Amino acid sequence: MSNKMHIKLNVNGKAEEFLAEPRELLIYTLRERLNITGPHIGCETSHCGACTVTIDGKSVKACTMFVAQANGAEVTTIEGIGGPDDLHPLQTAFKEHHGLQCGYCTPGMITRATKLLEDIPNPTEEEIRFGMAGNLCRCTGYQNIVKSIKAAAAEMNAAKEAAE
Amino acid sequence: MKDEVESRDDRVANLKGMGCSRKRVEDARFTQGKGNYVDDIKLDGMLFGDFVRSPYAHARVVSINTEEALKVPGVLAVLTAADLEPLGLHWMPTLAGDKQMVLADGKVLFQGQEVAFVVAEDRYAAADGIELVEVEYDELPVIVDPFESLKSDVVLREDLDPKADGAHGPRKHHNHIFTWDAGDKEPTEQVLAEADVVATESMYYHRTHPCPLETCGCVASMDKVNGKLTLWGTFQAPHAIRTVVSLISGIEEHNIRVISPDIGGGFGNKVGAYPGYVCSVVASIVTGKPVKWIEDRMDNLMTTAFARDYHMTGKIAATKDGKITGLHCHVTADHGGFDACADPTKFPAGFMNICTGSYDIPTAYLEVDGVYTNKAPGGVSYRCSFRVTEAVYFIERMIEVLAIELNMDATELRRINFIKKEQFPYKAALGWEYDSGDYHTAWDKALKTVDYEGLRAEQAQRVEDFKAGKTRTLMGIGLSFFTEIVGAGPVKNCDILGLGMFDSCEIRIHPTGSAIARLGTISQGQGHATTFAQILASEIGLPADSITIEEGDTDTAPYGLGTYGSRSTPVAGAATAMAGRKIRAKAQMIAAYLLEVHDNDVEFDVDRFVVKGAPERFKTMKEIAFAAYNQAIPGIEPGLEAVSYYDPPNMTYPFGAYVCVMDIDVDTGVPEIRRFYALDDCGTRINPMIIEGQVHGGLTEALAVALGQEIAYDDMGNVKTGTLMDFFLPTAWEVPNYETDFTVTPSPHHPIGAKGVGESPHVGGVPCFSNAVQDAFRPFGNRHTNMPHDHWRIWQTANKLGLHG
Repeated sequence: MSNKMHIKLNVNGKAEEFLAEPRELLIYTLRERLNITGPHIGCETSHCGACTVTIDGKSVKACTMFVAQANGAEVTTIEGIGGPDDLHPLQTAFKEHHGLQCGYCTPGMITRATKLLEDIPNPTEEEIRFGMAGNLCRCTGYQNIVKSIKAAAAEMNAAKEAAE
Repeated sequence: MKDEVESRDDRVANLKGMGCSRKRVEDARFTQGKGNYVDDIKLDGMLFGDFVRSPYAHARVVSINTEEALKVPGVLAVLTAADLEPLGLHWMPTLAGDKQMVLADGKVLFQGQEVAFVVAEDRYAAADGIELVEVEYDELPVIVDPFESLKSDVVLREDLDPKADGAHGPRKHHNHIFTWDAGDKEPTEQVLAEADVVATESMYYHRTHPCPLETCGCVASMDKVNGKLTLWGTFQAPHAIRTVVSLISGIEEHNIRVISPDIGGGFGNKVGAYPGYVCSVVASIVTGKPVKWIEDRMDNLMTTAFARDYHMTGKIAATKDGKITGLHCHVTADHGGFDACADPTKFPAGFMNICTGSYDIPTAYLEVDGVYTNKAPGGVSYRCSFRVTEAVYFIERMIEVLAIELNMDATELRRINFIKKEQFPYKAALGWEYDSGDYHTAWDKALKTVDYEGLRAEQAQRVEDFKAGKTRTLMGIGLSFFTEIVGAGPVKNCDILGLGMFDSCEIRIHPTGSAIARLGTISQGQGHATTFAQILASEIGLPADSITIEEGDTDTAPYGLGTYGSRSTPVAGAATAMAGRKIRAKAQMIAAYLLEVHDNDVEFDVDRFVVKGAPERFKTMKEIAFAAYNQAIPGIEPGLEAVSYYDPPNMTYPFGAYVCVMDIDVDTGVPEIRRFYALDDCGTRINPMIIEGQVHGGLTEALAVALGQEIAYDDMGNVKTGTLMDFFLPTAWEVPNYETDFTVTPSPHHPIGAKGVGESPHVGGVPCFSNAVQDAFRPFGNRHTNMPHDHWRIWQTANKLGLHG
C-alpha cells in the first residue's frame, strides 16, 4: 500500500530495514516481523511492562509505540542482553534468587532492570521498588525480584571495582 | 572409584532430592527470552481469529451483516452462530453441566459476549474486519443483581425449560440454577435457637478475576490429509480439553493432540473451555490453515473466568465462654449468564462445605443457591481450591464477629475452638475428613513470633493517641487461621465431566542412568520440572539434574486432569513417587541378580542397593539402569520403565497461621502494611525456595483482592474494570516484604506426606488483610465492611464511624 513507511532499525546490533504501515506497533514488528519473541504482550495499555525494551537508552513499552516512532533507533530486547555464553548478571541473579515463576514478565523485568542499574548502579530497596513499578508480576510478589536486582547490582559493582 | 570416597551425605546432596532448595531448571529459557508461550507459536500460513463482541449485557441479536467485513483485504471468513449450527457447535457444554453459546444464538447475555469470529491473515486485518461487521441489537432489561434476578419476570435463559431440573437438581425460578446443601438443617437451626450467643453477619465476597499476565489463547491446526487436529493452548488441563474437543467435535480422540506449551500464569483462568478454542478449531477446518486466537486484556477481564461473587450470610452459635456450637451459612452465588464454574461434578459450589474452617464445630448447615445474571460466566477457583477462599473468608470473618459479640480476644476464641491434634483424622460436620493438623502449635508459634501481646498494647496506645488528637493513623492487627482442602481428588467423589480426578506419572530410565518422566499435570510457573525431578531423585536414586520432566503434550504424557486447586503435588506428586517405587522394586531384583543374592538381601540406600550387612557390596542405580538394558536376566523383562495412575484416598488439608500489621491513614484511607507474617504447614516440604516463592505470590494476589481488585458492573451491565487502569494489580511499590515460617505435619495418606502449598497463601491471606482493616476500626464500633478495602471504601468506613471530626 502506498501509505507504507520506510523504516530502519537496529535491533540487538542487527540492522533491519522494511516497509510498514504507520499503525504497526513496535511489539508487533519485533514479535511478528522479526521473530523476536522475548518481549511479551500483557495488556496493550502500557500498564504491565511485559513488552519492555530499551530504545536509545530509555526503557520503553513496545506495545504502545508505533514502529514509525522508533525509526532510526537502536532497540535492545532481552535477546540482546545476554545469551547462553554471555549471561548478564541480572539473568544469573534472577535464577539464583528465584526472581521468576511463570517467566512471562521476566524478559521485560530484566530489560527494565538493566536500565535501572545503569541509571542507579547501587540502588536502595525503595529505589528498586519505585524503578520497577512499571513492570507487573503476578507470580512472585516482587520480593525475590528485588532481591535478584540487589544481588546483580552487587555483582556488577564488584566486577567494576575489580576491573578498575 | 569415586563412590567409595564419597560420604553418604555427599551422595544425598548430589541427588538434589526432596528438601533442598534446588535452583529451577526452567529459568534458563525464561531469563533469556526463550520461553515458548502460545503466542510465540508460528506455523506456515497461520491465520488470526478475533471476536466481534456484544456491547450490550442483554439484547436480542436481530441481524448480523458480514458483507462489508468480508471485503476487507486479508479477511478470509466471518463465522456466526448460523455457520456453527449445522455442525452442532453454536453451543458447547460447560464444565458445570450447563451449556454456553459459542457465538450469540439469537441473544446475548453479558457484555463482551462472543457474537462473530473474524478470520484474517493477521491481527490488523482481523481488527479491520471486526469494525465492519454490522450487528443490529434489540436491548432487553439488564439484571446484574442475583437477588433481583430471582424475583424478576425477565427470563435470562430462554433456551432452558423453566420447569425442568438443571444439572444439579430442581430449579426454583427461571433464573435459578441450583440449590446445593450440606450438613444437617434442623439440628443446626435448633442449636441456633437454643444458643447462649448467636452472631449473624452478611458479607459480599466481590467478583474478581485471576488475570494471569498472559491471557488465554490457542492455535488450532487441522491436518486434513491425515485427519489430525493439533491444538496448542493455554490449557491448565490439556487432557480434559482433548476429551471435550473430541466429545463436541466428533473427531476421535486419537486424532486430537493437545499441547500446553509454557503458560504465563493461570490461577484458575485457564481451566475452562472457551468459545475462542471452538471457533479456532472450526476456522482451521473451514480454511484448511492453522488459526491462532489470543485474547487481549479487555477480553480476558470481561469474558473469561471471573472468580467469587458470593453473597454469604452466616449465623454462628456459641456458649457464653466462647465454645462454638453451630454454624449456618447461606450463599447466593452469582454465576453470570451461563453456569461455567470449574468444579468437580458433585460440588456445584466447590468445596464451600469446608466453611467450618479449622474449628471443631459439632453442627453445621450450608445452603448455596446458584443464580443467572447478565454478567460473564466463570466462577473459577482463583488461586485456591474450589471455592475455598470464599469458605475461609466466611469463617474467619464469622470468628471475628463472634469475638466482638462475646467481647473476647479473637486469638483466644480461635484457640479454644481449634480441632485438637489428637482429633485427626477429623470428621467435620459438613462431611470432609481432615487428614492431619497441629493447629495449636502453629498458632502459638505465630503469635509468639509477632509478639501478639505487644502489638495489642501498641494498638491500645494508638487508639488513645488518636482520641487525644496526637495521630491520624490507626493500627490494625489482622489474624487468620486457615485450613485448605486440596488435591482433588478421590475418584469416588471427584470428577469433571465424568473424568475421575486421578493423576499420573510415567517414567523411563535411560541405559546410562538418566531419565524422563511425564505427568498428567502442567506447570504454569510452579516449577514442576524442578520439583517433580526432586521427588524422583529421592525415590529412585538418580540425580535430579539427570531427570527431564515433561508435561502438557497429550500424545506423550499419560492421562491426567491437570493443574489447578493445588492438586499437582498431592495427586501427580503422589503418582510420581509411586511410579518411582515401581522402578525401585524392579531395580532391587536386578541388583540382587547382579550381586548374586536373594532380592530380600539387598536394601536401597540413597542412590544404590547394598547387600544387607555388607555395605561394600552394592550396585548403584546407574549400574542397575545399564544392566536393565544389556543383561539377559532370567524372569525379568528388559528395560526400566514404570507408570502410575494415582487415585488419592483423601484430599490433603494444608493449614497456616497469618498475622498482618497495618497502619491506616484515616484521612486518606491509605493502608500501609507494616508487617506480614505467614506460617504455612504444607506437610513434607519438597523445595523450600519454591514454597517461599509460592507464598510471596499468593499473598500478593490476596493483597490485591482484599485491598482493591474487583470486576465491577454498572446497572447497565457495563464492565467498569476492563483494563489494568481500573483493575488493581499491585506493583512492587505497594507490596511489602513478607516473613515466612513453617511447621511440618505430613499428610498420613500421601506417599511422601506432601500437601500442596500454591494456594494456601491466597486462601489465608485474603481474610488476614481484610481482618487487619476491620480490626483497625473495631475500637470505634466497626463490625464488618465488605471488601475490596480500597482507599475510597476505607475512607468511607472512617467517615461513617465519625472519625473525620
